[in-house]
Amino acid sequence: MSDVSFVRTEMLPEQDPPASSVGVVGWMRENLFSGVWNSILTVISGVFIFYTLYGLLSWAMVPTWAAGSLNECREILHNMGREGHLAGACWGVISERWEQLMFGFYPNGSEEGTADLRWRPVLAFVLLIVALAPVLFADKVPGKLIYLSMAYPFLLPFLLWGGSIWSPIAVAAGFGVGYAAYRVIDGVAGSLAAVIGSVVAAILWWLFLASPVAGLLADIIPLGLEPVESRKFGGFMLSITIGVVAIGLSLPIGIVLALGRQSDLMIVKSLCVGFIEFIRGVPLITLLFVASTLLNIFMPPGTDFDIIMRVFIMVTLFASAYMAEVIRGGLAALPKGQYEGADSLGLNYWQAQRLIIMPQALKISIPGIVSTFIGVFKDTTLVSVIGLFDPLNLTNAIRADSNWNGIVWELYGFIAVLFFIFCFSMSRYSMYLERKLRTDHH
Amino acid sequence: MKKSVFLGALTVAGLAAGAAAAGTLDDVKARGKLNCGVTTGLVGFAAPDANGNWDGFDVGVCRAVAAAVLGDAQAVEFVPTTGKTRFTALASGEIDMLARNTTWTFSRDVDLKFEFVGVNYYDGQGFMVPKELGVSSAKELDGATVCIQTGTTTELNLADFFRANNISYEPVPIETNAEAQQQYLAGACDVYTTDASGLAATRATFEAPGDHVVLPEIISKEPLGPLVRHGDHEWGDVVRWTLNALISAEELGVTSANIAELAAGTDVPETNRLLGTEGTLGEMLGLEADWAVKAIAAGGNYGELFEKNIGEATPIALSRGLNASYKDGGLLYSPPFR
Repeated sequence: MSDVSFVRTEMLPEQDPPASSVGVVGWMRENLFSGVWNSILTVISGVFIFYTLYGLLSWAMVPTWAAGSLNECREILHNMGREGHLAGACWGVISERWEQLMFGFYPNGSEEGTADLRWRPVLAFVLLIVALAPVLFADKVPGKLIYLSMAYPFLLPFLLWGGSIWSPIAVAAGFGVGYAAYRVIDGVAGSLAAVIGSVVAAILWWLFLASPVAGLLADIIPLGLEPVESRKFGGFMLSITIGVVAIGLSLPIGIVLALGRQSDLMIVKSLCVGFIEFIRGVPLITLLFVASTLLNIFMPPGTDFDIIMRVFIMVTLFASAYMAEVIRGGLAALPKGQYEGADSLGLNYWQAQRLIIMPQALKISIPGIVSTFIGVFKDTTLVSVIGLFDPLNLTNAIRADSNWNGIVWELYGFIAVLFFIFCFSMSRYSMYLERKLRTDHH
Repeated sequence: MKKSVFLGALTVAGLAAGAAAAGTLDDVKARGKLNCGVTTGLVGFAAPDANGNWDGFDVGVCRAVAAAVLGDAQAVEFVPTTGKTRFTALASGEIDMLARNTTWTFSRDVDLKFEFVGVNYYDGQGFMVPKELGVSSAKELDGATVCIQTGTTTELNLADFFRANNISYEPVPIETNAEAQQQYLAGACDVYTTDASGLAATRATFEAPGDHVVLPEIISKEPLGPLVRHGDHEWGDVVRWTLNALISAEELGVTSANIAELAAGTDVPETNRLLGTEGTLGEMLGLEADWAVKAIAAGGNYGELFEKNIGEATPIALSRGLNASYKDGGLLYSPPFR
């Protein structure tokens, strides 16, 4: 046999990839300049982006932060050699009014004999994040924190509106009364009677006993914060408050409505369907007009039904109807076998919902739920049509100051950036949650 | 049966509303605060500052009424209203009076059941054009594009004016004054039309106000004034005569500077009656004898309010024009204090 070998017996060492296909150059060749047309598109887009950014930044990066009026801004820009309608931004308006855009007319201590109370909304929103942590990031925080989350719905109005500390405590006690009634009646007459009894007991407490008891306790131990009227609320504080209340309440109400819509009980079902279809068939702006004008005329004179409370109710109802339909979508997506499996395990209706149906239905609905949240948060700007000072309406009030009349883009830009931050964080969180709850192991 | 109960409840509520509305003056005194409806912001007329304190020409009227009734010009709760919510806010009792540059028209007075107590600013619709257009009269505006706020009386006035002069225009509908400024400056329309006071305020914000002219034609009558609900005449009288006191004070030369001196007594009988050192005018209104002194001291007489908020020394720089006292050829004329 010849000793000529035609097959290599040892492997060649690995070589580095050619320089043109790795690193920055390789990435650009592959993604930006992979062909003639793509190269042309890349160049055109690059030029477009450059001009937009150049225009925007040269407009925005101007030293007008300290200016006291639009004319001062123009003087600064004039001294820099810039002229014309869009010569540069006038950031003086933001530096003078950003606190107002944040807090509206919440007492800031400028009036004689009043204290700066703005720490209260700040504390309320910091606590909101803490209280949300056990709900949003259940695996990363101590479980005891859930007690704060449970107390938060009573803490929020107390901090924002002030007044006696006993009123929120009396309202919270209603839940205790309901629970006690449930335990007592459950032992005597069975669970259905217990549910009805506990609801009746709680409502009786709220209607007739809560406010005298709170008044009595306030007389004995006067503890509380200085009250702040709803009229003083404004700016982002108002948007966030309306958003948080509507988002927080619409999820549970939406779940109940969605279940009610699928119920076999005719009255419950038609009530839920009627409510959802009515609210979804009416624009939010109409509901707000009803809240601000019609209710006033129908209610007996002298009833001082707070305008912000009316807006809360309307926005919450609106969000709940949409939420119910989103969750119904989740319920409809569950295979029938899940319901039958729950039945075959001998679970009753509520156990099945709590342990099997809802965890899956809600998980499927997460993108829809978060979209509804974001939509509700943005819809809060609609309250400007009934004269409440949300950030957009405040821009109008700020322009009515003759120092700042004529300023548009700076104010709207500032508000847009803040709204983007809030909405984008919500959207990122929903993506995180979807990843975390993924069970299909791809 | 259910329905009749509901209707009955409504009727009772309505009757109670009528009964309660009869005593706005007592309500305000009991509350210790005047609920005054204002705009959500209009340059010179009503605007909150960085600390949330309201100031402006209409706000001055609210403060004068609060001072007359409660003795404290700060005892006002300003309720911002929009063009859409202002009338229901007043009709439902949410506010005691509305001082929101509202035009006094027949249908608002008669059909909407309000009572305009007077006029605190005579306005009218005008036109603003860039100087380079070379237009000197609104009648030369044939074929112009016009920026116009939709759903306002200005829109109807404009159509009437152009039709009457047999010339054509192309409307550019806009929603707010701020939008109009941007559109007009960007050249989206040749002409901007709104109330003359609004044009002056808008022009004052331009980088080069001299490049724009307000045309001489005023094509509508816009008497702006404070209003109250129909049927509560005691309260209507209080607001009407507070406004008249401010106007009379200017006629009589009573200013916030010399009022303390004059309130001690003068040789002019009408001044004495106005300031409560003679007669019982305050008592007839159900107020203190020195009600007018407090009202005038709150922000000055009509002329002082005008100069401070919208007069020639301010950026808006409106001249008195029709709003001068009748002695100076204007329309302001207060009935006598007798």
